[in-house]
Amino acid sequence: MSPHTTPIVDTENDLTERIIAPDGSRLSNPQLDRYVEDVDFQTLRDLHRDMVVVRRIDSEGVALQRQGQLGLWAPCNGQEAAQVGTARALEKRDYVFPSYRETGVMYARGAAPGDYARMWRGEEGSAYDPDALRIAPLQIIIGAQTLHAVGYGMGIMHDGADEVAVSYFGDGATSQGDVNEAMVFASSYRTPVVFVCQNNHWAISEPVGLQSQYPLAGRAPGFGIPSMRVDGNDVLACLAAMRWALEHARSGKGPAYLEAVTYRMGPHTTADDPKRYRDDAELARWRERDPIARLEAHLRAAGELPQEHLDAVQAEADAVARDMRAATIGMVTRPALAVFDGVYAEPHSGIERQRAEYAAYLAAYEEA
Amino acid sequence: MVQMTMGKALNAGLRQAMRDDDKVVLMGEDIGTLGGVFRITDGLLDEFGKQRVIDTPLAESGIVGTAVGLAFRGYRPVVEIQFDGFIYPAFDQIVSQVAKLHYRTQGRVKMPITIRVPWAGGIGAAEHHSESNEAYFVHTAGLRVIAVSDPQDAYRCLQQAIASDDPVIFFEPKRLYHHKGEVDLDASLADAPPMGLARIVRPGTDATVITYGAMVRTALDAAEAAQDEGISLEVIDLRSLSPIDYDTVAAAVRRTGRVVVAHEASREAGVAAEVIASITERCFEYLEAAPLRVTGHDIPYPPAKLEKFHLPDLDRILDAVDRVMDRPNSLSEATDAKGTER
Ligand SMILES: Cc1ncc(C[n+]2csc(CCOP(=O)(O)OP(=O)(O)O)c2C)c(N)n1
Repeated sequence: MSPHTTPIVDTENDLTERIIAPDGSRLSNPQLDRYVEDVDFQTLRDLHRDMVVVRRIDSEGVALQRQGQLGLWAPCNGQEAAQVGTARALEKRDYVFPSYRETGVMYARGAAPGDYARMWRGEEGSAYDPDALRIAPLQIIIGAQTLHAVGYGMGIMHDGADEVAVSYFGDGATSQGDVNEAMVFASSYRTPVVFVCQNNHWAISEPVGLQSQYPLAGRAPGFGIPSMRVDGNDVLACLAAMRWALEHARSGKGPAYLEAVTYRMGPHTTADDPKRYRDDAELARWRERDPIARLEAHLRAAGELPQEHLDAVQAEADAVARDMRAATIGMVTRPALAVFDGVYAEPHSGIERQRAEYAAYLAAYEEA
Repeated sequence: MVQMTMGKALNAGLRQAMRDDDKVVLMGEDIGTLGGVFRITDGLLDEFGKQRVIDTPLAESGIVGTAVGLAFRGYRPVVEIQFDGFIYPAFDQIVSQVAKLHYRTQGRVKMPITIRVPWAGGIGAAEHHSESNEAYFVHTAGLRVIAVSDPQDAYRCLQQAIASDDPVIFFEPKRLYHHKGEVDLDASLADAPPMGLARIVRPGTDATVITYGAMVRTALDAAEAAQDEGISLEVIDLRSLSPIDYDTVAAAVRRTGRVVVAHEASREAGVAAEVIASITERCFEYLEAAPLRVTGHDIPYPPAKLEKFHLPDLDRILDAVDRVMDRPNSLSEATDAKGTER
């Protein structure tokens, strides 16, 4: 059986909402323009800085993994606009349920240097304090977090709070039952949730056409959820679209869905070899749409990309990477008995017994 | 004290828990207007409204997964899975999310979720409606697993489960929903035995039968019958399957030296295997005979007409008791006939 051809196969050239064209020129977008009227060149330069720093964090993550400091790393290279653009639209009080690739979202939420590495190094199950960043722990089970966002959103509703729960996931995740169940629940209860699907075209080695023969944003309306398909390499369009989605969710109209059409330029993780499943020509085509280069072209054409900005951004990126490296290398692994910590919230005789047995065993060794 | 069925006691327990804490919300299929297929949530929609008694779409992973999100926000969801056999679509959310989030976050995120499961067999139900799947959950660190066996205990344990900051898989034996008993609705929960403790439901001196859920009734019937033959059987209701109260269990074994563990679930790698292994580790030198298991067979739950051949009954328990007491039993005749090993 061969899949029949529908627009999804052509996501490179199609139909997505954008404000800045791949060559850097500004387009008028009747849908989105009103959401970014306030965005001046300084704001654009801030977004540029964010993306450069995130890319630097990402390459530092890869380097740390290659040097044996991290067990694994999931690069977000190429997806900086989709992540930074959408995350910069969030309010501090909103709550994010991410997958494992949302380094840019973590950065925008104020992650500390070690937060990027702690989980991938294997020191702790959660990279950061969820309450502090208002981000749930990184999620490895594909799609599971979408339901958590919806449940959280139900809680927001019950509390009558002015918050939105946001879930990030990939194109592969859209095939999961949980993501579809999440959309059913969100729609039925009109939950204040925004679904952000980063369609980076690949689920490890599986092309998006294997997950869907239809644009992913096109599915949401079938659940009664309005959606938008946005150019995920256009940071301004991502910001605008997310503002639209958040406004919709915050105003009590229920969930909204964004498909950010982007591209994962690196491997799926540091354990992956994309050469086995995708050709260089495809990567080359997407390199031309590099989200950072695009914003630079736009700013440069406007005469708004001074060298001082570039120098400052470079210095900041280097400093963040340096801090991340130092924090990573400085991590102290917890003592052996810590493996028993936090299994239960209340005393559990089974765990306590095993802890005591193991403690006695360790003590016997120490004496010997 | 009032006489009520276990179903009504559970209903009363839910009502009390909801009155005590407005963060308690119920979720599940058909639990609102209908009051649940077993009516355990009967009347709660009227009292607490649909913000707190939430009829959900028909999606088990969705139910448990959204409960996780509510827990993130400080709620205490009580989830009803309609029948034991329908928990599998939610298995991933239970074992990968509910059980692990507290550990993964170093205790920063609590999952005080109670997952109520109308459970186990003996009611002549259709396929997928009679399963004893507790071992999957006992095997998963981070979950507590409770199986109640009478109205009073059901009433209290359910409230304790809901009040617990840990996730609890709460098994309700369907076979006992209509079983009546005395319930003290007014006694303070603080005075009730903690839900992690086993209890001796019938003291005895010759052998100990360890069981839980609906099998507690069967074991009590067996003890009554054994009494007629001059055997004094002790019956222990484990109540909690995670953790298991080995202090109570080991003390009993040290007294009687003879043990039978009985449950409806299949045998291989089941709870009885765990209990017996732990007894052997703890009090081998007190054992007068090898502990025995009386369990369901290692088969998919059979059709209704056959379930009586699958579920341990009084006679199978007594046969095992005879074996641990070295009395004539189902094996003796066979071995006698061959003339060996006697
Ligand atoms: C339930 C589940 N199945 C399989 C995997 C293994 N796995 C990890 S990432 C991945 C691909 C996910 O692709 P997508 O959802 O598009 O997200 P992306 O990694 O591209 O951001 C798979 C199959 C998993 N983590 N969880």
